[in-house]
Amino acid sequence: MNKNSIRIGAGAGYAGDRIPPAVELAQHGQLDYLVFECLAERTIALAQLERKQHPEKGFDPLLAERMRAVLPICLKQGTRIITNMGAANPSQAGREVLRVARELGLPDVKVAVVQGDDVLPRLLQDGLQLPLLDSDAPLASLQDRLISANAYLGADALLPALESDAQVIVCGRVADPAMFLAPLMHHFAWAANDWAKLGQGILVGHLLECAGQITGGYFADPGFKDVPNPARLGFPLAEVRSDGSAVITKVNGSGGCVNVATCTEQLLYEIENPARYLQPDVVADFSQVLLTPDGPDRVRATGASGQPRPDTLKVTVGYHDGFIGEGQMSYGGPGCVARGQLALELVRQRLQDAGLGGYEARYELIGVNSLIPQAQAIAEPDEVRLRVAVRTPTRREALLVANEVEALYTNGPAAGGGASKSVREVVAAAAVLVPREWAQPTVTVLDQGAAA
Amino acid sequence: MKLRELAHTRTGDKGNRSTLSVIAYDARDFARLEAQLTAERVKAHYSGTVQGHVDRYTLPQLGALQFVLHGALAGGVTRSLALDAHGKTLSSHLLNIDID
Repeated sequence: MNKNSIRIGAGAGYAGDRIPPAVELAQHGQLDYLVFECLAERTIALAQLERKQHPEKGFDPLLAERMRAVLPICLKQGTRIITNMGAANPSQAGREVLRVARELGLPDVKVAVVQGDDVLPRLLQDGLQLPLLDSDAPLASLQDRLISANAYLGADALLPALESDAQVIVCGRVADPAMFLAPLMHHFAWAANDWAKLGQGILVGHLLECAGQITGGYFADPGFKDVPNPARLGFPLAEVRSDGSAVITKVNGSGGCVNVATCTEQLLYEIENPARYLQPDVVADFSQVLLTPDGPDRVRATGASGQPRPDTLKVTVGYHDGFIGEGQMSYGGPGCVARGQLALELVRQRLQDAGLGGYEARYELIGVNSLIPQAQAIAEPDEVRLRVAVRTPTRREALLVANEVEALYTNGPAAGGGASKSVREVVAAAAVLVPREWAQPTVTVLDQGAAA
Repeated sequence: MKLRELAHTRTGDKGNRSTLSVIAYDARDFARLEAQLTAERVKAHYSGTVQGHVDRYTLPQLGALQFVLHGALAGGVTRSLALDAHGKTLSSHLLNIDID
């Protein structure tokens, strides 16, 4: 391995992400590390509910499929895998990786399992008076509805796993960029208080963590921003040097593009104050970042810095938040907007008559005003789709909403077709800040003796 | 002239806030965008969607303006009733704004 530079790839930007680009990257990226980021805000809460029903589950449902696709290649090439696909059950996920490895005839795999992000017991004991972020209420206001509470661990939680000889590292909630920062700290022996380098490492992680979003995904706008061969969009990798400077690129011949425009969009994606990007390891400063072309599909990223890490960790809290009943129905041809609006009025009146009038609701026409509520149709479209969504305390009421839309078939305006309906139990996410010592990360290395 | 001729945009979500990036295609247009795309103007463009205030950060070396739209996501992606709960589509809506 070249000590002055390492190559890190992103194999997934969310739980359901595409697998073929990850395989292509593993095969041709000459990677030292391949990172799969698969945990959205409430994924762990949903996984926790699943684990309650099935104690052997609660990790990413695509874990086995992803491992079958990349594990043989990564082992052969000496590429280590880091992933948060452990979700609410990292130890079972670790055993699942071993099971897949055995199935593939790869008996020598070792898996490091990182735990300690689950702080629900500690929060219930000591944290109920903590204020919810973006709210005036304390955590206690959600007490009887809580499902999960997971702290965003930092790169420090992953370092012992990297120091082991495990080829695969499985964790639950770890800050997304920290999964990329950790191998940089490990490989280049960066000090945990070298804030400038940690800030640059967070920059690398932030640019890579959404995978295809920096290689031309979430980007194409024909005629303005064209993306070559977008159907075969490749996933990104970074070549990172010991000073933290990096080049973002992708595998030769893969679809998509890496240019200053794609990198700038991703740099700012989900960033609030660019000078203070709060992370468990460092407060990263992206305000002076420079992105410069470095050849075809290559962009150099430099200039990030950092300030000392916060004393607190952010904890995402999952909780039950009632139900959403939804129904949709299409109208087409002349007068379709008027018929859609009449249908909305009928449903609104019927739900009011049923006692549901006081609930938070959306009454809209897809094709006119479902994305921007105050929008007006400029010219009559050829078709619209009615959508009604209502938040209800009970499943029964949510079903009533859905059924009232479907009932437009025989009780609504002319020629409504293609009804669909759904009732969803809402698992919402809130956040609190806790003293960092409330999370005590642990690392366990598993070998074949522990396979699922 | 429409903003679409001069810049590209992307939205992200953070709790009940939407982040909205505006990036000039040509660095020479940045000063115009900085002068005309004020936080107040962006808030007005999204009236009916943005319930709170709008912050703006400038990144001249990237030709970029970063807006944070508070209270823009009907409670946030995990509980919103909106069809596009992330607010992913909000970025394109800004491209229609007029720039002198």
